[in-house]
Amino acid sequence: MKQNSYLDNLEKEAIYILRETAAQFENPALLFSGGKDSIVLVHLAIKAFRPGKFPFPLVHIDTGHNFPEALAFRDKLVKSLDEKLIVASVSDSIKKYNLKETTGRFPSRNSLQAYTLLDTIEGYGFDACIGGARRDEEKARAKERIFSIRDDFGEWNPKLQRPELWDIFNGRTQKGHNTRVFPISNWTELDIWNYIENNNIELPSLYFSHQRECIKYNDKLIGVSEFTPALDTEQVVNTRVRYRTVGDMTCTAAIASEALSVQDIIEDIKNSRISERGQTRLDDLLSESAMEDRKKKGYF
Amino acid sequence: MQTLKFITAGNVDDGKSTLIGRLLYDSNSISTDHLGVLASKNEIGQDTIDLALITDGLRAEREQGITIDVAYKYFATQRRKFIIADSPGHHQYTRNMITAASVSDLIILLVDIRKGITQQTKRHGLIASLMGIKNVIVALNKIDLENYSENKYNQVKQDFEDLKKQLGFLSVNYIPISALNGDNIVEKSSNTPWYTGKPLLEILETIDIDKQDQNNARFQVQLIIRPQTLEHLDYRGYAGAVLSGEYKMGDSVRILPSNLTANIIKIEKDLALVDKAVATDNIILHFDSDLDISRGDTIYVDNQKAPLISNTISSWLSWLDTQELQLGKTYILQHRFHSVRVKVTAIEKKWDINTLEFLDSSKVELNDIAKVSLQTNQALHFDSFLDNPKTGNAILIDETSFNTVGALMFL
Repeated sequence: MKQNSYLDNLEKEAIYILRETAAQFENPALLFSGGKDSIVLVHLAIKAFRPGKFPFPLVHIDTGHNFPEALAFRDKLVKSLDEKLIVASVSDSIKKYNLKETTGRFPSRNSLQAYTLLDTIEGYGFDACIGGARRDEEKARAKERIFSIRDDFGEWNPKLQRPELWDIFNGRTQKGHNTRVFPISNWTELDIWNYIENNNIELPSLYFSHQRECIKYNDKLIGVSEFTPALDTEQVVNTRVRYRTVGDMTCTAAIASEALSVQDIIEDIKNSRISERGQTRLDDLLSESAMEDRKKKGYF
Repeated sequence: MQTLKFITAGNVDDGKSTLIGRLLYDSNSISTDHLGVLASKNEIGQDTIDLALITDGLRAEREQGITIDVAYKYFATQRRKFIIADSPGHHQYTRNMITAASVSDLIILLVDIRKGITQQTKRHGLIASLMGIKNVIVALNKIDLENYSENKYNQVKQDFEDLKKQLGFLSVNYIPISALNGDNIVEKSSNTPWYTGKPLLEILETIDIDKQDQNNARFQVQLIIRPQTLEHLDYRGYAGAVLSGEYKMGDSVRILPSNLTANIIKIEKDLALVDKAVATDNIILHFDSDLDISRGDTIYVDNQKAPLISNTISSWLSWLDTQELQLGKTYILQHRFHSVRVKVTAIEKKWDINTLEFLDSSKVELNDIAKVSLQTNQALHFDSFLDNPKTGNAILIDETSFNTVGALMFL
């Protein structure tokens, strides 16, 4: 166990934060995307709260452009947990607010998710939302607190952020404000995979190498789907790929890979010099501050 | 593998950003896509990386003219994982540094060797000492600009040795570096053959940070777990983290504030039963009698030294808010899981951040560090911060804005 003392410490920190969230908030929720980070969060919640039930529902902000494998996995997981799942639909928000879809090839509903998330927070009266964001992902996230305050508009305002000292967390939240809680802030992508390996955590099949028809788009591979049919002018290849991140089908790129096991993926990541979001998220490549801009609008 | 958390502190132009950039860059921790943003062509058309840009701020910070107090950077080598708590900028520097120091095991004090030990260096050393940081690396930067002079190095080193005696650090390492050129960062530099120590990264990889926890057993109740399901009808467990010491099956414990005793009949950890739990373990405790126990109650092993129990406390206070401290106003004091109402009744003395002397003062403002007297509405059960950094600290919260306005280290 000495070998993995850092994973133990990360796990301890996350369980401590989850329990602190349960103790300090009246009505928290856990934002569950079906990706590896939120699956790890669920696993940590089991360790934090069993034999009790989770003191929060799982909330999935469904963009309508999800991978079917991720949705199937979500439903299977929730059933085996016997916990409550709330699915909020971005398509409903688009109709309700007459939102304009993002244009261009491979548009993303990422920025529209904020509307659904904020409506859901308000509708259910959630005072805290637990998310699987990690500080190593992106520079706007590098400055995120573990308990991060959002204002009435869901906006992440740097001036609103409180100093966070030691492991004493101040979750007192003004009415109308919402606190986002990030228990795995200090985990890196590699930590997540090592933890998945050590704890035998099951993941959607998308994360492992499989055969898929993909559009070659610049240097990226985008899976052909009902949301992303190939254009006549585009080159389609049938190849072995896996997904390094699982976002929307419309904006998440696959990577060529033969990695069939978690162990293989860990080796892949150790040898990779490109960041996970940089490699696979078309939405983050829009500008240098794409994530910061989305966070300001209420994104995770 | 262990994780080392550290902070870097220095004057604005001492090369802090360059040093952090250098560590991340030379340990291959910067993704190629992130490097692309940092690369530019120099005048003769070569690709160069501006190392300082790696720690660059957000647009919101530039627009609002503020710095978010701490940015976290991660890197790893074969031997260790590292978390840098980077507190940028000179605005609100004390506040930022205290926040970063509170989560760090080690501090790199960056000194421009041309300027030597400045007031700022002393201040950073004092803050680190106040926050209980035991390990210090004094990095004497820009040694290239002093022609890699051993004499100059020895001179500045001696100046810090004199200061060190007052600060109570466990270990102080000195190292001559050039963050810009990479001297003594990852590999020993041939420019400083007289330097017999390790390069910076190797010190970070090997320095002993195993905390010898010899403290008395302390546990605060974080959360009460009561499933109230058919299967677990009578289940009632007290969840929390062991803050110090150890708890064993059968231990007789005393619970504060009720002052009742009970025996531990079950310890759960990671969904399994264990005989013993040690500091930092998240556990669920079960007792042989039904007691009225609430979140924030302290549970300690009965035959060990009891925590201090008092309504009046003398404490260091680091003030973090733009509005000054109001004597006599009620604040919330959050002592980990236990919150009480508190008034600061007196400012005993204030530390002058520029002269580093103690003064009489009636005001405590942003970035000030003062010794104060506290009066709480309910007794706290605590230890002095020097004795036990897990039970000797608390935060002050404004009752209406809910902002965290102060950090307390009990005396």
